[in-house]
Amino acid sequence: MIRRTKRPAKRPTRRHALSTRLWHWLNVICVVIMFMSGLNISNAHPRLYWGQAGFAAREAWLHLPTFPGWATIPGYYSLSGARDWHLLIAWPFAIGLLAMWVAMLANRHFVRDLTTRLNEWRWSAIRADIAAHLRFDFDHGGGKYNFLQKLAYGGVLGILLPGMILTGLAISPGIEPSFGWFVQLVGGRQSARSIHFLFAWGTVLFAVLHIVLVIASGPIRQLRDMVTGGRAS
Amino acid sequence: MKRRSVIAGLGALLATGCSKVADSSTGQALFKAADDWHRKAQRALTGRKAMAPEFSRAQISPYFRGNGSLTVGTPGYAAALENGFADWRLKVTGLVEHPLSLSLDNIRRLPQRTQITRHDCVEGWSAIGEWTGPQLSLLLEAAKLKPEARFIVFHCADRLRGQSYYESIDLDDAFHPQTIVAHSLNGAPLPERNGAPLRMRIERQLGYKHAKYLTMIEAVASLDQIGGGQGGYWEDVAGYQWYAGI
Repeated sequence: MIRRTKRPAKRPTRRHALSTRLWHWLNVICVVIMFMSGLNISNAHPRLYWGQAGFAAREAWLHLPTFPGWATIPGYYSLSGARDWHLLIAWPFAIGLLAMWVAMLANRHFVRDLTTRLNEWRWSAIRADIAAHLRFDFDHGGGKYNFLQKLAYGGVLGILLPGMILTGLAISPGIEPSFGWFVQLVGGRQSARSIHFLFAWGTVLFAVLHIVLVIASGPIRQLRDMVTGGRAS
Repeated sequence: MKRRSVIAGLGALLATGCSKVADSSTGQALFKAADDWHRKAQRALTGRKAMAPEFSRAQISPYFRGNGSLTVGTPGYAAALENGFADWRLKVTGLVEHPLSLSLDNIRRLPQRTQITRHDCVEGWSAIGEWTGPQLSLLLEAAKLKPEARFIVFHCADRLRGQSYYESIDLDDAFHPQTIVAHSLNGAPLPERNGAPLRMRIERQLGYKHAKYLTMIEAVASLDQIGGGQGGYWEDVAGYQWYAGI
């Protein structure tokens, strides 16, 4: 690889820090279990509402399908069994995300690799980036990630995943006495539940794109580097 | 490559792994521990007396759905409903100094609390209603708990699938200001489907904790000897979480 730009003195020697790799795989396990148990929970009342309350079909803004057993945990309808998994894995999911944020602020991964520059937000630059993606051209220039990657990773780490945790808490009647401001902010408990559902699918959409792009850009090397750390380029 | 079958295969593998964990005693212990951590974290973050949100009259749901038992369904209950529950008694017993047996009149003459709160079902839906009744703490103070009492058990007249409904809470929730023995919904006596003549309101927990068709309040030191030992009907028959604040 050609060095294109001057870099700060202290560069990491590995492509992915240990904290990033540990969190990545922990998070994969957590998200899969959270999503599949969440689909089982959705089957208990497959309608979504806006506002504080709602239970009648005519109040719903979205009628959901019943998700099949192969997509749910457990593999048959069990609200209590699904809640067991969902509420257990919520702990490593939330604590893991918090630890990842602490780590990537401490090791400057966030500032160095995930923050965008103002000039990256120019439409011409974004258009060029999209065009490059469509050509499957993944040369990132000087930085580790290109603009769309920063947007995707930043959006997942900064919005989707924390949003899942916050809206999950907002559905919980036990935490609401001290968390009511957030429930109000999103428009009520049923709104929080709707957003929880939408964010879950947003996370899946990210995962699908992520996997497709990993496959397109050398899956063996990508997987290996996310396990061993790889070498910083 | 049949991607769909690969995904289904991976899903099945994961599901098998998960069911192995769930069926193991370690898995069950973990689930119980996680529920316990949620309770402790919520109590630590919210404070013991922190209040559930209350709403305005304009936000009351036009129809308050009934769920679970919609009636007790016995001739005795039908007769009681007919005569306005004149002979209904609510007993306060167990680990108390002064057991009580209260009529509906007794209960209505106590200081009342009216609260417009949101009922959150474990299934996911919510409904808002205005509930009126005395705080449970009044009854428990009148009966005077013995020091060894740790849980309050609610016994009900209704049966589901051949078993009597019951529920239980700890003393934090029992003495919470919004924990009331409700006899009215939206200014009228409780409808049959919502638990007439008396039901619990435990506003910081999910709906299945709010026992309906209430006949007896019992103070106990342990839940092991009550029903199936898990602290409630749904806990016993289907493995629902005892702490339902999440």
